Amino acid sequence: MNSDPKLERIAKGNALALCATGTWTASFAPVLERIVADAEKLAGSPQSIFIDVSEVAKLDTFGAWLIERLRRSLTKGPVEAQIAGLSANYSSLVDEVRRVRAGAVVDSSPITIAGMLEQIGRTVAGVGGTVAGLVDMLGAVLAAWFRVLIHPRSFRLTSTVHHMEQVCWRAVPIIVLITFLIGCIIAQQGIFHFRRFGADIFVVDMLGVLVLREIGVLLVAIMVAGRSGSAYTAELGSMKMREEIDALRTMGFDPIEVLVLPRMMALVLALPILAFLGAMAALYGGGLVAWLYGGVEPEAFLLRLRDAISIDHFIVGIVKAPVMAAVIGIVACVEGLAVQGSAESLGQHTTASVVKGIFFVIVMDGVFAIFFASIGM
Amino acid sequence: MAGEIQNPIIRVRDITVQFGTTRVLDGLNLDVKRGEILGFVGPSGAGKSVLTRTIIGLVPKVAGSIEVFGVDLDSSSTAQRRNVERRWGVLFQQGALFSSLTVRQNIQFPMREYLRVSQRLMDEITMAKLAMVGLKPEVAERFPSELSGGMIKRVALARALSLDPDLVFLDEPTSGLDPIGAGDFDELVRTLQRTLGLTVFMVTHDLDSLYTACDRIAVLGNGKIIAAGSIADMQASQHPWLRQYFHGKRARAVMT
Repeated sequence: MNSDPKLERIAKGNALALCATGTWTASFAPVLERIVADAEKLAGSPQSIFIDVSEVAKLDTFGAWLIERLRRSLTKGPVEAQIAGLSANYSSLVDEVRRVRAGAVVDSSPITIAGMLEQIGRTVAGVGGTVAGLVDMLGAVLAAWFRVLIHPRSFRLTSTVHHMEQVCWRAVPIIVLITFLIGCIIAQQGIFHFRRFGADIFVVDMLGVLVLREIGVLLVAIMVAGRSGSAYTAELGSMKMREEIDALRTMGFDPIEVLVLPRMMALVLALPILAFLGAMAALYGGGLVAWLYGGVEPEAFLLRLRDAISIDHFIVGIVKAPVMAAVIGIVACVEGLAVQGSAESLGQHTTASVVKGIFFVIVMDGVFAIFFASIGM
Repeated sequence: MAGEIQNPIIRVRDITVQFGTTRVLDGLNLDVKRGEILGFVGPSGAGKSVLTRTIIGLVPKVAGSIEVFGVDLDSSSTAQRRNVERRWGVLFQQGALFSSLTVRQNIQFPMREYLRVSQRLMDEITMAKLAMVGLKPEVAERFPSELSGGMIKRVALARALSLDPDLVFLDEPTSGLDPIGAGDFDELVRTLQRTLGLTVFMVTHDLDSLYTACDRIAVLGNGKIIAAGSIADMQASQHPWLRQYFHGKRARAVMT
C-alpha cells in the first residue's frame, strides 16, 4: 500500500504538468522535501503549470503542505500554478494548508556578547530585589505572627505539628549519622596531627569548642537547607503552579498565615533541637575515636571536656540555630512563591532556594562570630 | 496490510484493571473500527480515562489483551511498539503540554524525534497545524503557562496530530471550551477524520459532540461496555442510565 513518492515532469507544449504519485505522508517527509526542492528549481517559463495529484495513494498534512509549497514557488508573475486531480477527500485538507502563511516564524534572538553582559547586569541588579523580597517576607511573617499572638485560635497547630514531623523527627537519623561521622573525622585528624607535639589530649578541647560553637549548628543548618528548604520551595512552587495559592486567597485566607507561618514555626523549633542532637552525636563520635584510635579513656575525655568548654560555648552555638532556621525558611518560601508556570521554573527556584539558603546561613554565621567576639563570648 | 483493514484498529479483550481492591474495569471488550469516530461515555468515575490510559499503556492491567493496528501490545517487541506509538496521538485531559517548551517546540517535539526533516519544513508544518486547530501564528512563541484553557486544548490537539497519526485518543477534548469553540472542535475532528482517514477514540461528556461528531457510541458502566451502537440505538435503549443520559433535560435541548 505504501510506495515511494515520485514527481514526474511531463511537458506539453507550453504547459508543464507535474504528476505526483505514491504515498505523500509524514513517513516519507525527508524524501518528499528533496523532491519538492528539486522541482522548485524548474527552469523555463511555461504558460501554465499543473500539479496533478490524482495518482497520489495517500496524502497527509506533510504531503499536502509540500504540494502547496511547490505550487506557491512555481507561481511567478502572471502564471499561476494549479493543483489538479484533487479527490474530494483531500481537497479540504489542501484548502486547509492553503490558508497557512509561510515564514511567520520569528526566530529567537541569537546569543551575543552584549546580550551576555546584559544578563550579568540584570543578575547583579536583581540582588537588591532579592534582599527586598526577603525583607518583605520577613515582615509578612512577623505580621502574621503578631496576628496569631492576638488571636491564638487562628494558629494552625495541626499543620505546624505535621511540618515538625517532616523537618525534625524524620531528619533525626540522617543528621545524627552525618554529625557523628564528622565528629569522628575531626577527632581522628586532630589526634593524628597533635600527636607529633605530644598534645593528643588537646584534641578534646578542639572537638568541644569546634562542635559546640560552629560545626554542629552550621552543618545541621546546611543539611536542613538542602533537605527541608528545597522541600518547602517545591511544595509552595507546585501549589503556585496549580493555582492553589490563588484559591486560598479568593477564599479569604492569607497564604502567609496558612502556608508559610506553620512551616517557619516548625523550622525555627526544629533547628535548635537538631543542632543539639547533632552536637551530641559529634561529641560522641569524637570521643569514640579518641578512645579507640587515640587511647584517651572515656573518663579522661569527659574530665578534659568539662575543663575545656563552658556553658558559653554551648549557648553561642544554640542561639544561632533559630536565626539560621528563620533565614532558611524565609528564603525557601520566597523562592517557592516566585515559581512561574513551568516545570523548569520550579527547578530553578528550588536550586536557588538551597544555594541562597546555604549562602545566607554562612553569612549569618560570620556576623554572629563578629558579634560574639566583640562581646567577649 | 489487507487484514488490517478488516480487523478493528483497536481490539480490547477481557480487560481487567484493579487499583488495590477496587476493580475499575472488569472483563471489558471493545472494538474500534478503522476510520470511525467512537464516542465513549459513562458516568463520572466509571473508568473512561482508565480504559484510555490502559490502551495507551499507562495503566497496568491484571488480565486481558489489547491489540492496536493488529499488534498485541503485550507480546510486541520494542520496535513494534515504537512503531505503534508513532502512529497514534494522544490528547490528555489537561493538555499535558511540556511547560518549559514553547508551543512551537511542543508541536515539533515528536517530529524532531521521529522524522529527519529540515527546520523550515517543521516550522511550516507547525504553522499548518496551528491553523488547522484554529490558532493564530503568534501563539507559536508563547509558553503553555501563557495560554488560556481552550488554547491549551488546541495546542495539545496540534501536538497529538503533529505526525499525522492514524489514530487519536481524545480525553474530553471539548470540556472547558465555549460552545462555539467546542462546535468548531467537533467540526475539526470530523474534517480531519475525513481528510486523513483518522480513527478517533473520544472520551466525552458533550452531548453535542456525540450528536454531531461521533459515528458510534460506546457506554461504560460497572466496568463493562453496557451498550455500543449509533445514536439512534442509544436513544432506543431501555437501560436506566442511558435513558436518563439521552432523554434528560440537556439531551432534549440538544435534539431540538
